[in-house]
Amino acid sequence: MTAPLDAPHVDVDSIPLDRMDVSDPKLYQDDVWWPYFARLRREAPVHYCRQSLYGPYWSLTKYKDIMQVEVNHQVYSSASELGGIAVEDQPKDMDRPSFIRMDPPKHDEQRMVVSPVVAPGNLANMEGVIRERTARVLDGLPRGETFDWVDRVSVELTTMMLATLFDYPFEDRRQLTYWSDVAIANVRSPDAPVHSEEEKFAELTKMTEALGKLFNERAQQPPKFDLLSMLAHSEATRNMPFREFMGTLSLLIVGGNDTTRNSMTGGLMALNEHPSEYQKLRDDPSLIPSMVSEVIRYVTPVIHMRRTATADGEIGGKHVKKGDKVVMWYVSGNRDPDAIEDPDNFIIDRPRPRQHLSFGFGIHRCVGNRLAELQLRILWEEIMQRYPVIEVMGPAKRVYSNFIHGIRSLPVRIPA
Amino acid sequence: MPKITYVEYGGREHRVEVPLGLSVMRGAVDNNIPGIDADCGGECACATCHVYIDQEWLGVTGMPVPGSQEASMLSFAALAQPNSRLSCQLKVSEALDGLVVRLPEGQH
Repeated sequence: MTAPLDAPHVDVDSIPLDRMDVSDPKLYQDDVWWPYFARLRREAPVHYCRQSLYGPYWSLTKYKDIMQVEVNHQVYSSASELGGIAVEDQPKDMDRPSFIRMDPPKHDEQRMVVSPVVAPGNLANMEGVIRERTARVLDGLPRGETFDWVDRVSVELTTMMLATLFDYPFEDRRQLTYWSDVAIANVRSPDAPVHSEEEKFAELTKMTEALGKLFNERAQQPPKFDLLSMLAHSEATRNMPFREFMGTLSLLIVGGNDTTRNSMTGGLMALNEHPSEYQKLRDDPSLIPSMVSEVIRYVTPVIHMRRTATADGEIGGKHVKKGDKVVMWYVSGNRDPDAIEDPDNFIIDRPRPRQHLSFGFGIHRCVGNRLAELQLRILWEEIMQRYPVIEVMGPAKRVYSNFIHGIRSLPVRIPA
Repeated sequence: MPKITYVEYGGREHRVEVPLGLSVMRGAVDNNIPGIDADCGGECACATCHVYIDQEWLGVTGMPVPGSQEASMLSFAALAQPNSRLSCQLKVSEALDGLVVRLPEGQH
């Protein structure tokens, strides 16, 4: 959580309260978001920002207010037509609906098509292959030299998982990583893979055509247990319009790799920043499951989710009007001392470590949450059997985004 | 105090006393019974305290009201069956003394 040296120092307390705008992606790229939310939680836990690049919006910064909105999908809608789930609306003629950007009943019908892939029985079946791949990737890492953990471990492992979930040609799997990065790209960022919404749409069109070809093949074959086959054989998803198919693929690709990728990187950073917790882990690897949940809380891979009010209501004593944009800042709720004790500390043996907002709650709760935990648990079990020390050698490069808490690269070294 | 029996997926039984007014979920968590995760802490927001109610008890516990938050959340729980409930929504009363709930293979 230390700010990079080149980040401009801002005295957060000197900003007029009504000018506080936590939607600026730079706050997350520079990793300086913390004091902004500490102040909002203290002075204006439900805060109205009148003016931002994305128009006016409400910020929810406390765990309990976020939970209230999470469970009230009747009033707080995720619908693409109303603007969807991010503070920034997708361009009107290029919006890409998917079940995360829908309300019941259509949301329910589509979500139920894909959820069996991460049901407990199937997770148990996948454990062996995940462990074997994880071991192979870790055994292939260099010793005594600096390398990029994101590329060699986090991207590699999560992309392999994604290729398996889609039954996508394994040797072409980095194509999935590329499309994932395109789908979450902020086109205003110089280091983004695409630089306009049109270019993004064009690249995602290529993705949709490539995966659409596989989808069509699988529709002709008997049903199999991969995401494309499941979509192709289900009444609720077999005839999606083009942009909805594009949105659904983007959702499954991003949800299926990027968040876990960033937890794999963020966890190693957190342990390096907290040497006594790292030692605790070495002394007692049975803490890994609990540490995994703490990593997911501490990293908070999804920065926010947005809803749109479909009726007037009250949140935390504030009057929210029909049509208002309501942003649930998970990064802040996960650091709310009224819900989580000593929230700014990384503590791998916390009581009730799964009580965090990182997966969301309510009907849109992350469908792959147990798969994410499984991948992270296996990664750390295999790491601890091989490498008691992995050193972080320099600062992480972070993604310019107010939505995905992304880490682009992290130099690390395994002692020779 | 009412006694509740929790049967793990593997068949292991835990018979514990749960104070009146607490939820069946809380009874499991407070007694460290494995197999109930309760990620959301009892807000009916995660479906990780999913249990199956023994047939003879369904008349007492009742079923989730169609269209309710519990019914919505349960519809996404892997392995949900007609006798599924979220145990955070079951309040312990004298009427539930002797209740038997079975835990699913996993909470998701």
